[in-house]
Amino acid sequence: MSTNRFESPFEVEGPEGVEGWEELYSPSASFGAARRQYEDDRFWFWDSMHWGHAMTPWDSYFFEVALASLSQMNSRHYRIPPADGVDFRVLYGYAYLSPVGVDPSKIADRVPQFMERAGFYFGNWNDLYDKWLGKVKDTIARIEALDFNPLPEMEDLEVVTGGIGLGSGFELLKSYHQFRDLVLEAWNYHFEFLNLGYAAYLDFFGFCKEAFPSIPDLGIAKMVAGVEVDLFRPNEELKVLAQKAVDLGIARAFDDPENVSLEGGPGAEWQAAWDAVEDPWFNFTSGNGFYHFDKIWKEERSVPYGFIRDYIAKIEAGEDITRPIEAITAERDRVVAEYRDLLNGDEDREAFDSKLGLARVVFPYVENHNFYIEHWAMSVVWRKVRELGATLAKDGLLAHDDDLLFVRPDEVDQILWDYYANWAVNSPTMSAAKWGPVVERRRAIHAKLSQWQAPKALGEPPEVITEPFTIMLWGITSESVASWLGAGADADGITGMAASPGVAEGVARLVFSPADVGELEEGEILVAPITAPSWAPVFPKIRACVTDIGGMMSHAAIVCREYGVPAVTGTGFGTNTISTGDRIRVDGSSGTVTILD
Amino acid sequence: MCEACPIIDWAEALPTVRSFTARLVSESMTEFIVWYDRYEPEQKPLVGAKNASLGEMMGAGMPVPPGFALTTEAYRIIWSHQDLVDDVNGMLRQLDHDDLAQNAEVANRIRGRIESVPVPAEVVDALSRAYEDLCSHCDLADLPVAVRSSATAEDLPDASFAGQQDTYLWICGVQSVIEHTRRCWSSLFTDRAIAYRHQMGYLHRGIGMSVGVQKMVDPISSGVAFTLNPSNGDRSQVAIDASWGLGEAVVSGEVTPDNFLVDKVLHEVVKREISHKHMEYRLTDDGVVEKVEIEVDRQAQASVSDAELVAIAQLARRAEKHYGCPQDVEWAIDRHLPEGENVLMLQSRPETVWSRRQTQPLNRGGTDTMASIVSTLVSPLHKKSDPPDAR
Repeated sequence: MSTNRFESPFEVEGPEGVEGWEELYSPSASFGAARRQYEDDRFWFWDSMHWGHAMTPWDSYFFEVALASLSQMNSRHYRIPPADGVDFRVLYGYAYLSPVGVDPSKIADRVPQFMERAGFYFGNWNDLYDKWLGKVKDTIARIEALDFNPLPEMEDLEVVTGGIGLGSGFELLKSYHQFRDLVLEAWNYHFEFLNLGYAAYLDFFGFCKEAFPSIPDLGIAKMVAGVEVDLFRPNEELKVLAQKAVDLGIARAFDDPENVSLEGGPGAEWQAAWDAVEDPWFNFTSGNGFYHFDKIWKEERSVPYGFIRDYIAKIEAGEDITRPIEAITAERDRVVAEYRDLLNGDEDREAFDSKLGLARVVFPYVENHNFYIEHWAMSVVWRKVRELGATLAKDGLLAHDDDLLFVRPDEVDQILWDYYANWAVNSPTMSAAKWGPVVERRRAIHAKLSQWQAPKALGEPPEVITEPFTIMLWGITSESVASWLGAGADADGITGMAASPGVAEGVARLVFSPADVGELEEGEILVAPITAPSWAPVFPKIRACVTDIGGMMSHAAIVCREYGVPAVTGTGFGTNTISTGDRIRVDGSSGTVTILD
Repeated sequence: MCEACPIIDWAEALPTVRSFTARLVSESMTEFIVWYDRYEPEQKPLVGAKNASLGEMMGAGMPVPPGFALTTEAYRIIWSHQDLVDDVNGMLRQLDHDDLAQNAEVANRIRGRIESVPVPAEVVDALSRAYEDLCSHCDLADLPVAVRSSATAEDLPDASFAGQQDTYLWICGVQSVIEHTRRCWSSLFTDRAIAYRHQMGYLHRGIGMSVGVQKMVDPISSGVAFTLNPSNGDRSQVAIDASWGLGEAVVSGEVTPDNFLVDKVLHEVVKREISHKHMEYRLTDDGVVEKVEIEVDRQAQASVSDAELVAIAQLARRAEKHYGCPQDVEWAIDRHLPEGENVLMLQSRPETVWSRRQTQPLNRGGTDTMASIVSTLVSPLHKKSDPPDAR
């Protein structure tokens, strides 16, 4: 280890030719003179697990919304005794986080507050979760209902005869403001239960680690994980549709996923089956929902059609692709019974039962929120962004449909006002002239930022990482920080979390974005910065999986275990060290990856 | 002569054994043979600790190589030769416990005298028939067997006298089995066995000797398994030491074995350290066990496969469940048995180090969940690769 600290955020040298990059992002998420001392004293890590790419202004906006929502629950709602929020910044387009701990002398005061508040949630979890499902579906429906269509030449007659007195321009501005509020609402809900759920899980986790000091994390995860989880539904629905295509004799229609034509009665019947499950289940992104470029199954059908083609091939080869629910349940029961049996006395067994019981009560939320917010809500949110972008391009406020992505949400207000006012007056708008060059410049900057390798971390790391969520959600530990400081993988291999057991050897393929998932060939080993749950259909194809970042309960780890693919997550440097075509050995039981040749 | 060593008075010692035997075996075919797969716990005084343990494991359904015990009743009969009793007592009287060389010399003479007694015809008959049955059961004439001493002490029902008596490996044919049975009998009078009894103040009388005859395993590899992680006491793991060939190399410490940790519940190998194994004990073509060098390419190879490790761990776990406490198991992988049936158990003993520790309820236990969650959040959590050994 050459040094004990990372570069200061003020020392980092960015890529060339990106002068003015700061204007793409919100001032409050920027490093700067106003808070330099505070910022220089902190440790920041790049959250490449969720934001692995350079962000556009809109990607970054949702990043800020998510982090503020997370923070607020810890600091203001539940008073998590040792943890306030997670501070966030954007540096050269990349997302940096810094968990804020509570002054140790104030932790005790927060304990009774936390006990009362969190206790209420734990005590009423199922009722509150049912209520949550209702709230979230309602929020999504309201986002879906927002109208971003072009302003009309003339208002409908009903606007007049109804004595409404408000016009489409007003509605558009209002819809846009509502849109921003609803996104924040969805993200508040995202974190309403999440960290409490993790806390209950951590409690059970800590108990198991004390009882069985070397229990693999995945042993604990196996006891808690749900069997029938909403997050798995989209993939399960694809299998059903693949089977249906075979049953209807139209399997060949999927041979070319880019060009599927469904004809005749069977085609219509299949289409009806798709339509019946499309909402909500195919509001499912091939990424993690945080990026404008993530492909949504419902919209980019070649993605799910490709998966359906693969499933059809398996069905035709006589494989049973259905999920063995009974066997999975039986295996979970067996694991629980055996660990319980190995405990030392009835007192410990009672504690085990009560902690496992709570962990299982909270876990449906922990697993399912991801579908409702990242997939479903964000699919709708990005669709709305695209609708608005198309409208502004159509009416000449911006040059291209996707120009909107390079205008910050707060700047969009200016464009919408220009649109509204000149629609009202019936006069020329000025936005295209003003924003055209800005968008082009920003687009070029973003392209350069995208090529840049962001540093893993900034500033001085704490001696020991104890912040519970840093470890749990991001898989960042004292060891991973030490290995980043060591600036490279160990000479004899790459290590990470033993996320899904088993050993496999094969040829590596690096996949940096969801768009490249389709390149994976049968029997290859997937090496990626991070994987997404919606990549699940490729898991039957691959031999193993290696990711740079991600904890034991990262969505990727859960899905890897579910599909029985050996996985090592949180290697830090996997994608730097391994190249496509390398033969590697992945030991998902010990958390090591070896490059063979 | 040693006044402290009570002299064997077989006439006094034997009635107890006989009455016990009579009660037990009156209905059985023979008084001399107890097959492992028909062993009953009350027969322990008749078969000794070692045989009892093999019988118990087999009764619990564990894959123990087949075999039988020649009971202490056979041993008793040779002591009906009064001249043998007189001669042995005479020699015991000459012992000088402080003179090791003299001790060894006397012990040798006693053993020779015992081995000179003709084995009674009924014992030869029973032993021969049992051995032949074992051969036909295993479908191999002159089946190689292990012939083992299994001592029993009436006053000390749990005394195992571990390692004091002889074990003979790769014995083939009836004559050789009978010959080595005698040697097992006489091995109660090795110099170290005599010295041990002297030091411990145990009586020479009342100690009986059963002999185990068990099909010999020809192992590809073998070793030991603890049903817990010896570095931290974690009972969810099985620690396995393994090396090529017969288990002697591992038990004696002549090689650094491969070392593995297998999760008992998940059935996964969670740690593996493959060591450099330079030698092994194995059967040569001449039918003798020899210490041989291992070919270079096999030295650094894992001596067991993952599937075998999981099978060993599951076997050890079964023994632990059966005995109700952590176990220390000897196992072997038979070269001649089909995959899936080739992992055999040779011995299972209670683990002693961690099992003796006082167990207390866990700190993170208790049913006040909220208080526990608070302490979980406040106190540092596990780190990624916290090595358990470092605690």
